[in-house]
Amino acid sequence: MNKFSWYEAKSVEDALQQVNSTVSEQLYKHTDKASIFKSGGVDVFDWVKEGLLKPQKIINIRNIPGLDKIDYDRKKGMSIGSNVTLAEIASNPEIKTNYLALHQAVNHAATPQLRNMSTLGGNIAQRNRCWYFRSGDHDCFRKEGDRCFARHSETGENENHAIIDNGSCVSVHASSISTALMAFNASVVILNSEGEKKKVAMDDFFVTAAKDIAMENILQAKEIITEIILPAPSKNTKSAYIKQVARESYDWSLGDVAVVLEVSGNATCRSASIVLGAAAPVPYRSMEAQQALENKTINSENALAAAEAAMTIARPLAKNGYKVPLFVATIKQAILEIS
Amino acid sequence: MDTRKEKFPYGIPGHNLSEIEREIPIEEPPVWPINDKLKIIGKRVTRIDALDKVIGKAKYTSDIKLPGMLYAKFLRSNVPHAVITSIDISKAKSLTGVHAIHLIENTQKEGEENKNGKYPIVKYVGQPLGGIAAESLEIAKDAIALIKVNYEKKSFVIDIDTAMEIGAPIVFDEPITQQQDGGDVGETHDGSKGKGNVRGPSTSSFFGGPRGDLVKGFEEADVVVERTYRTQVHTHMPLETHGVVVDWNSDVMMVYASTQNTNAVRNEMASIFNLPKSKVRVFCDFMGGGFGAKHSSGSFGPMAANLAKKTGRPIWLMLDRQEEHLSEGNRPNSIQYLKIGAKKNGTLTGIQQRSHGTAGVALGAGVGRIAQILYTCPNFATEQYDVLTNAGPGAAWRAPGNVQGAFGLEQAIDELAEKLNMDPLTYRDKIDKSEVRKVERRRGAKLFDWSRRQPAGSGKGVVKKGLGVGQSTWPRFVTLDSSVEVKIHNDGGVEIRSSVQDIGTGTKTILAQVVAEELGLEVKDITVNIGDTFFPVGPGSGGSVVTGSITPPARNATYEAKKALLKLVAKKWETDSSELFIENGQIGSKKDASLKMPFKGATKLMRTSQISKIASRSDDYGGFQQPWGLAYGDLGSVQFAEVSVNTDTGFVKVDKIVAVHSCGRPLNIGQLESQINGGVIQGVSYALYENRVMDNGTGHMMNANVDQYKVPFSMEIPEIETLVVEEYSALSSTDAYGIGEPANIATAAAIANAVYNAIGVRLYEIPITPASILKALGKVS
Repeated sequence: MNKFSWYEAKSVEDALQQVNSTVSEQLYKHTDKASIFKSGGVDVFDWVKEGLLKPQKIINIRNIPGLDKIDYDRKKGMSIGSNVTLAEIASNPEIKTNYLALHQAVNHAATPQLRNMSTLGGNIAQRNRCWYFRSGDHDCFRKEGDRCFARHSETGENENHAIIDNGSCVSVHASSISTALMAFNASVVILNSEGEKKKVAMDDFFVTAAKDIAMENILQAKEIITEIILPAPSKNTKSAYIKQVARESYDWSLGDVAVVLEVSGNATCRSASIVLGAAAPVPYRSMEAQQALENKTINSENALAAAEAAMTIARPLAKNGYKVPLFVATIKQAILEIS
Repeated sequence: MDTRKEKFPYGIPGHNLSEIEREIPIEEPPVWPINDKLKIIGKRVTRIDALDKVIGKAKYTSDIKLPGMLYAKFLRSNVPHAVITSIDISKAKSLTGVHAIHLIENTQKEGEENKNGKYPIVKYVGQPLGGIAAESLEIAKDAIALIKVNYEKKSFVIDIDTAMEIGAPIVFDEPITQQQDGGDVGETHDGSKGKGNVRGPSTSSFFGGPRGDLVKGFEEADVVVERTYRTQVHTHMPLETHGVVVDWNSDVMMVYASTQNTNAVRNEMASIFNLPKSKVRVFCDFMGGGFGAKHSSGSFGPMAANLAKKTGRPIWLMLDRQEEHLSEGNRPNSIQYLKIGAKKNGTLTGIQQRSHGTAGVALGAGVGRIAQILYTCPNFATEQYDVLTNAGPGAAWRAPGNVQGAFGLEQAIDELAEKLNMDPLTYRDKIDKSEVRKVERRRGAKLFDWSRRQPAGSGKGVVKKGLGVGQSTWPRFVTLDSSVEVKIHNDGGVEIRSSVQDIGTGTKTILAQVVAEELGLEVKDITVNIGDTFFPVGPGSGGSVVTGSITPPARNATYEAKKALLKLVAKKWETDSSELFIENGQIGSKKDASLKMPFKGATKLMRTSQISKIASRSDDYGGFQQPWGLAYGDLGSVQFAEVSVNTDTGFVKVDKIVAVHSCGRPLNIGQLESQINGGVIQGVSYALYENRVMDNGTGHMMNANVDQYKVPFSMEIPEIETLVVEEYSALSSTDAYGIGEPANIATAAAIANAVYNAIGVRLYEIPITPASILKALGKVS
């Protein structure tokens, strides 16, 4: 770990004046005078400890007043401040009642200790866990290198990697909570140093590897996430979330699925929002599964059809073919948990 | 030698307990009855250091902080195979806070040109090349990053299959030998035979070589199972990494080591630095796990000592987690071909085994002796090959070879039983001559409720349950060079001393128990000072040898000291010391109940400050199977596994393990259970989770951390029920043995058999993962 200075930000404006770079920028191309944000510090310090990120200054945004609130309004929906911890989300009764899939996703993220430390803003902005990306000895595409080691047909160790949209970088996004947030059509509120606020849908917050290899989201240097907003559910909204992991105690997702459905009285799906985690470099909304399920009765046969539709576009790598049947089973099960 | 005859308990209580007469050396203590009749032995005695460990008072090697101490860090290779052309240390040297740099160089014979070059050839990623001592660990790390190593890269080979191909890059182009360390416990390997990357075969063990006629054996067979099994490379992952603190400021080199073998570290350091053994003192008070990989001073011992010599300051050198994974040992993988034949009635007619495994740049990838000895079979042959690859060296790992071997053998026996239409337990009753395992099977089957087992794959629903069983054997090894000193001080204190270390299993506690039982005192009255090579030499903590090697001399020395004390009391009471005894801290007389003296009072009769007696491990009563210390009997176990397999997602959950073990006379049931739990957990992990992932393109280990290297946490650990079967063999004054290795042998095999029982498809490779289950079920295209 390199030596760095520490700045305790007093407000978002103060923080935005101090910052000049992002973790992603620095990982792609290191500069000597980077000032970067740290909230819970869980992901940022992993990179610093590995020596892959060498900031000159760390701006602690964790104690900025006002970013740690959870507000629920039956009409407007839910607002979660970017500094709210995962533990606070996990124990919030209104989230459990109105956004069950999010509650489940947060409860399956990391460990109780890490949930006490991690903030929601940091969680959705964290970088992927590809072991080549995280290795100082492998300069991959995302670190200005000339190859994707994981993708290599003979030597790539890609059992945890992407089966969809894996044309360049084959990593999968590390935030399984984002899978649920995207399924609820959440938005991210971003403030910049000019004082401009924008509200970006989760679907547009993440950046595909094809679009910009350096980035996994749209955040720029002089921007900060202030809150995440979830629209109010209707009385017919139902949701479910399942995460498949090698170890139940603590592990990264091998495949996770969030399903949010509008269900009419006779168990018919009126509209479907189905998002897959650990399938693609960013959380992946399966239009195929959504279309297959809409206006259908929620039953085993239709759930399976939707699950299989989701996987028609899967192109597994040498060692992750198992993810296809895993997703089929998981999508089906998530849909059926709603019926 | 003067001897006397005594009757000893013999056999298994509740099954066949009887008596046997032994002729024993006259100076040995009288026979102990079975545990039921003893006060402290065989009971659940709390670890004497439990509180210190829990509150953090226990000082481990990494906790050692000495005045003026410097912190050291290794320079390591980041390429898998290369010749080092130069190393530029100029920038590192001038960094403020750096005190010394030591590079590892080839030793040069006087007058000879060094044909191998100045530096050793790099053969794996993570190979130590040098070290730096600095005022802080951070400075040392920064300095390491400033060293520039120039490599002339060579082609390399990482995976075992490629390494065996003709034309593969050669890892060593010469015959190699490897010094056995205490953790090898007779593991076979022979690097002088064979060429290229494939060395061997080893065809024999201390149980002999091939026997009978395999061709004839298979001709006689009505049923044959012929399979190839594969196991993965498994790193040790002790919570405490390897390392030392070396203080060489005085005449004596003081080495604080995280080690399973203080004596071996002492001997190695003395040899390397050309010092008499009396000038090296090795300490190990608390150990954070070793599992076989910590029998030597490694490269960190000499590195720390060299830096201490250069700087004149104590050196702290503990490895980090990545270094631990890369270079401090692993359980080699295996590809095992097994062919087993049996007659219709089940009688085994032939076992043929051929294995290949890689211990990286080291030897020792054999699959053990389990196929050779577990079952009665007249015709047997094995060929065990080492395959060299450009990866970190293997090391002994809790029952070296046998864990891999059991995974193959116990699945093959299961498959054979099914072909013979026999229940796996009934079939083992037929082919396993061990009496103790027979009892273990019966008691275990009852506890586990084996009768609920259904035909393979017959369960309905997506999640299928399965039950399986696996067995193990492990030799009763005894280290004859095992001594202790017992001191009774004139203030009533009692102390036991030995260089033997407590690897964490509770050696200190059982020593206190043995001494306390013999002296009629309580465990809290005994001070245990071990893990110091200035005390009499004890065994290394490997091969499950410690209990069987050190507790008999502990009891014998205590008995001698007791006799000396009682003589003083007898003199005062004007009676014969043979009539005196100690019970509940009081000395009494068998003849005159009115005579009583507290133990502490008796010690005031001593003319000197202490009574001190040293005893060493005597030969087993009735001798050994092999004179070097291979005892009769074995440490057998039977483990039962219950699993749930999700046939849609491929996930396997181990719901329950019943582990039934024997270790002669059990000394401390709580500690034995704890050790069995540990072995089972590592077995579950071996079967389902842990796997060293190497990138074959770059030679790097991709999961050299605790995040992606998957050790099990609380929710992965099944319900574990343990049962320890008492078995008396009348072989020593304690008749007790260890349980470390056997606890780990059978688990993965039992789980694999249970998975087969659940889904009706057999997995021949571990770790068993969702990917392998879905593939086995035909769900992956």
